[in-house]
Amino acid sequence: MKIVVCVSLVPDSTTKIKIGSTGKSIDETGVTFIINPYDEFAVEEAVQLKEKNGGEVYALSVGTDKSKEAIKKAFQMGADKGILLKTDTMDIDPYLVAKNLSEEIKLINPDIILFGKQSIDYDGSVVPNMTAEFLGLPSVNVVTKLDINGSEAVLEREIEGGKEIIKASLPLVVGTQKGLNNPRYPNLKSIMASKSKPIEEKPLYTADKMTEVSGMTLPESKGQGKIFTDGAANVPELVRLLREEAKII
Amino acid sequence: MKKILVIAEAKDNIYKSPAFEITSSGKHIANAMGAEFDVMTISDASAEQLNNLGKYGAKKIFQLSLAELNTLSGIDGIIYSHSAISAAISNFANTNSYDLILISGTSFGKEIAPQIAVRTNSAIITDCTGINTDGKLSFKRPSFAGKCNTIVNYNTEKLVVTLRPNVFKAEISEVSPEIQKLSADSLNVQKTDFRTYVSEVAVSTGKLDVAEADIIVSGGRGLKNPESFKLVEDLAGALGAAIGASRAVVDAGWRPHGEQVGQTGKTVSPSLYIACGISGAIQHLAGMSSSKFIVAINKDKDAPIFQIADYGIVGDVFEILPALTEEIKKLKV
Ligand SMILES: Cc1cc2nc3c(=O)[nH]c(=O)nc-3n(C[C@H](O)[C@H](O)[C@H](O)COP(=O)(O)OP(=O)(O)OC[C@H]3O[C@@H](n4cnc5c(N)ncnc54)[C@H](O)[C@@H]3O)c2cc1C
Ligand SMILES: Nc1ncnc2c1ncn2[C@@H]1O[C@H](COP(=O)(O)O)[C@@H](O)[C@H]1O
Repeated sequence: MKIVVCVSLVPDSTTKIKIGSTGKSIDETGVTFIINPYDEFAVEEAVQLKEKNGGEVYALSVGTDKSKEAIKKAFQMGADKGILLKTDTMDIDPYLVAKNLSEEIKLINPDIILFGKQSIDYDGSVVPNMTAEFLGLPSVNVVTKLDINGSEAVLEREIEGGKEIIKASLPLVVGTQKGLNNPRYPNLKSIMASKSKPIEEKPLYTADKMTEVSGMTLPESKGQGKIFTDGAANVPELVRLLREEAKII
Repeated sequence: MKKILVIAEAKDNIYKSPAFEITSSGKHIANAMGAEFDVMTISDASAEQLNNLGKYGAKKIFQLSLAELNTLSGIDGIIYSHSAISAAISNFANTNSYDLILISGTSFGKEIAPQIAVRTNSAIITDCTGINTDGKLSFKRPSFAGKCNTIVNYNTEKLVVTLRPNVFKAEISEVSPEIQKLSADSLNVQKTDFRTYVSEVAVSTGKLDVAEADIIVSGGRGLKNPESFKLVEDLAGALGAAIGASRAVVDAGWRPHGEQVGQTGKTVSPSLYIACGISGAIQHLAGMSSSKFIVAINKDKDAPIFQIADYGIVGDVFEILPALTEEIKKLKV
């Protein structure tokens, strides 16, 4: 089985966001970068599929040199090959990412392509299905269960108040959600083994973008709320405020 | 921006608030930009249901029967196919030169929007919480788990946008809509467009989902054990609210994952969010900070949740929740 997993490097979710001097991106000083947490579900699923069916796992990323860290993490979890489609800046958009990934994936011609359901920087939830559409392949995002039987797949996808059971055939694009599996912690052996795996660097197929960030703002602070300190004694007052001031109950 | 196509999503042939919000937003953008706007729906909703869209300004509705679309698949037991619906919408939009397609940011909308963007050669901007119609159209959307907002422009002729549910107001502007049926054949959807299909929809019975609720009562580790979630359930019951949970209690197995609010759970923006025994970690805030009103109940006065709360009580959930439930019940009699 040939398996591709797409990984991105994002600021650690505990990062305090400061806006950079251009006003269009974050100030990266002091920011720790990690593999996108959802991509760990994708890597885990990829490695489990390899362990079950044999084959190879390719980890792909679009980004600057720094993004190699995400590929290295995938190596530590068991990916075999790494490819970085190299950009000069992280000023990229979902179109650029999906278009470049799809061109590279065409060359690899895999049976299955795994993504995280969403990156926690741009929070777009766009790249998986967009890449699939460029490839003309079926795609399912927000997947919490994946069963593959020969070339047929049955998937569960999380929706409001329940789930959908979806059928599709391979080759297939899957965006992974929490619940699908439990990502492994790399052990010392796999960390050591990952060090000898090379990352192939390639230029972009296209540097075109379709969207542009023109500004960034921090959320308006709410202003100090009304916080009471007398416990249950404050309940009637709270209810009065919700009714008369906020007018929501 | 000359022609806007609004996609009204029906669930079991019934329109709910996301469909009304998106229709109303379509009208708003069309008015501001001097554009036309039409509504498209892929459903077997009744005329009465379609008239409900008219209450929010839908003058012209193009309806494609879902049942008819499904027959093109030749698949037994198909409920719907995201990819075929994307194909139908895209083909219709391409033939009729719409340059903006508006879709609700529901789980359904999020799935089809990127497919439609590629098929219509459009830029895509998702999960928007603000629309700027002064000059060139641009959109505000939260990024970095809601820790900042970005303003996004596009440099293409065509654009696909999803709007976060519960953020934009559905404004009443009553018209009686002209309904035009579309035949599946005319939309040139191929058998091969049914790349995936839904064979079953399993709904957690009777429970209101956090992603759709107008009021959410959420509980965290402060409740100490799964049994005391009864207090959260009682308050939610009295308010007609959905139940939410922090990741700590979901990971501990006290509550199902579907209730988790936050970065790895659901993003919600209800009118009222009541956080009980939740500290307010940044990943939790990521999922609920755009709620209109936030109430925090926590015994630690320095808990970060109080920083974004509109109202709060410092105290013990075991005393406050029963008192609050009683007080709410009094209002209802
Ligand atoms: C990558 C990543 C993703 C994450 N995603 C999510 C997510 O989606 N959603 C999420 O919620 N978290 C998420 N987390 C976890 C998050 O960091 C916190 O650990 C979690 O939100 C804490 O849950 P809590 O508030 O219930 O528990 P705690 O932080 O333990 O807080 C319990 C609170 O209850 C209060 N309390 C205790 N007893 C009482 C009492 N008797 N009465 C009143 N108050 C009381 C305490 O003062 C405390 O503030 C994520 C973390 C990571 C690293
Ligand atoms: N720069 C990137 N390189 C490789 N994969 C990416 C990149 N950005 C996003 N992805 C993949 O697409 C998923 C969804 O990202 P997004 O559409 O940005 O929310 C992520 O979880 C990754 O699997």
